Amino acid sequence: MTVGGRVLRAPWQARTWLATFQIAAGSAVGMLAFTVLSVVGSAVVMLTLVGVRWLPLSALLWCGRTCTRMHRSRFAALRGAPIPAAVHPPPEGQGLRSRVRAELQQPVVRSRLAYSLLSGLVLTLGAAVSVTLWTAGLLGATIIGYAWALPARNGFGWGLHEPATLLALTAAGLLCLFGAPWVVRGLAAWDAAVATRLLTSTHVDQLARRVEVLSENQIRLLDAADAERRRIERDLHDGTQQRLTSLAMNLGIARELLSDLPPDARKLIADAHEEAKQALTELRGFVRGLHPAVLDDRGLDAALSGIAARLPLPVHLTVDVRPRPSRTIEAAAYFVVSEALTNVAKHTEADNVHIEVNRRDDRLRIRIADDGGGGASLDKGSGLRGLRDRVRSVGGELRIDSPAGGPTVIDVEMPCVS
Amino acid sequence: MRVVIAEDSALLREGLVRMLELAGIQVVATASDSDGLLAAVEEHQPDLALVDVRMPPTQTDEGMRAALVVRERWPHVAVLVLSQYVEEQYATELLVGESSGLGYLLKDRVANFREFLEAVRRVAAGGTALDPEVVSQLLVRRRPDSLSRLSAREREVLTLMAEGKSNAGIAMGLAISESAVAKHINGIFTKLDLPTTDTDHRRVLAVLKYLKA
Repeated sequence: MTVGGRVLRAPWQARTWLATFQIAAGSAVGMLAFTVLSVVGSAVVMLTLVGVRWLPLSALLWCGRTCTRMHRSRFAALRGAPIPAAVHPPPEGQGLRSRVRAELQQPVVRSRLAYSLLSGLVLTLGAAVSVTLWTAGLLGATIIGYAWALPARNGFGWGLHEPATLLALTAAGLLCLFGAPWVVRGLAAWDAAVATRLLTSTHVDQLARRVEVLSENQIRLLDAADAERRRIERDLHDGTQQRLTSLAMNLGIARELLSDLPPDARKLIADAHEEAKQALTELRGFVRGLHPAVLDDRGLDAALSGIAARLPLPVHLTVDVRPRPSRTIEAAAYFVVSEALTNVAKHTEADNVHIEVNRRDDRLRIRIADDGGGGASLDKGSGLRGLRDRVRSVGGELRIDSPAGGPTVIDVEMPCVS
Repeated sequence: MRVVIAEDSALLREGLVRMLELAGIQVVATASDSDGLLAAVEEHQPDLALVDVRMPPTQTDEGMRAALVVRERWPHVAVLVLSQYVEEQYATELLVGESSGLGYLLKDRVANFREFLEAVRRVAAGGTALDPEVVSQLLVRRRPDSLSRLSAREREVLTLMAEGKSNAGIAMGLAISESAVAKHINGIFTKLDLPTTDTDHRRVLAVLKYLKA
């Protein structure tokens, strides 16, 4: 379409008129909102002075929400492009006070109050400009048709019956008539852009909120997984382990006392006894790996010295963790040291391992250093990567320094809330 | 010999009673929690209390705490603690005072009829029985620098000593001669700067004192 065609069509197009209505409706809703919010806002100020604070604030927020809803339905109906609703975090507290406080802390709640207040003034101005343009355009463009009914001279001293004046007025009218669509559309687009910015959460806000929700979920999941491991450990301890111990004990008694059985039968009992003991040992190792009871009872120091003792190489362990971190952090730290030591025993030819675990304020630091061949990296072997994932899952960070030829130092830092 | 048993699993409690009675040891009372244990010890004044670490109501270390109370209130009652896991920390807590008449064994050890009964008798007679796993944990933690001066064989001997074994027992366990054992022990005492003494009991004490240092 040529530029001329577009200009000629613009005044008759639906979107032009929708834009006009959008501005007009915006002015109406905006003035209403301005009035209501001003009145309620003044009430909030007055009542705060006499000590009543949270109820009027809550009413103000309710008005803000309602105004936003009206504006959003205006955009949905007249612009065909609804503005997405803001993402709100779930209310943390139960009381009115904490709800209001939490709501006021959200940027989007404040920005949409601002939009509701200011849009009334700005859009009324916009509506006035639009209506003036349209009216002036219509009256001016058609002035030749009704000039005869007008007085010969108007208040400014213009000769309304003179052809030059009429021509100029007609031209001005046409300019308004064909210019109005662009002004109106521009205003509507600007209104929509500002509303999109102020009525809904920004992209960054939404992402931040999403991250918050995800990390909360992750912590909940971790806690649930830890609790589940504890439960399984307890169930195995109370059930299977006792039963198996009893079985091994009885087989031990049988083996000792039934010495006059035929050799085959004695061998059978001896084999069963050995297998029962082996099963006990394996089960004990498995259950300990699930969640060592001593970790809950006595903390990291006791639990880590248990792992250190099971390692086939000398481990030098220093633990100073006071006050105790949360169970989730303790479990993560235990897991990290345990896995790192397994890694050392399996993949390096280290003669010594030094482990330091300490707490400084709200950070738990772990350093695992071995004098093995080095060359460990997060790319090779998923073991170390699994470690880093576990550390990251509780908001910590893991670094590895392992030049070829060694030594290898793993540094872990985790936030700890106790 | 008169024994009190505290174990919350009925199955194991009955099994322990059966095993001890088969060996001619009299079980004067059984309990399924720590209060029951303390009451039974007070009433019967047994030679030995056989105590499970994990008992109701908390199912954590009730038995360990009760064992400490028994040792404090009735020092003449020997205590043998059984646990699903042996932890150096618990051992250290138990060993804070006297180490005579004290045992701390993995529950798994009840599967070995003869060895377990031997440990029961040794502890009741005022000796010591520490689980090899506890000893190795203690060895890891305590002053690794001076311990690292020990040879592998000396560490093995030290482990068996700490478990409460005699020279003959150590010799049998390691399949070496008794004179070799004596030589290793002298080596250990020299390297650890411990005075050489001749009785088994004081020897264990010395080792434990060193381990606790």
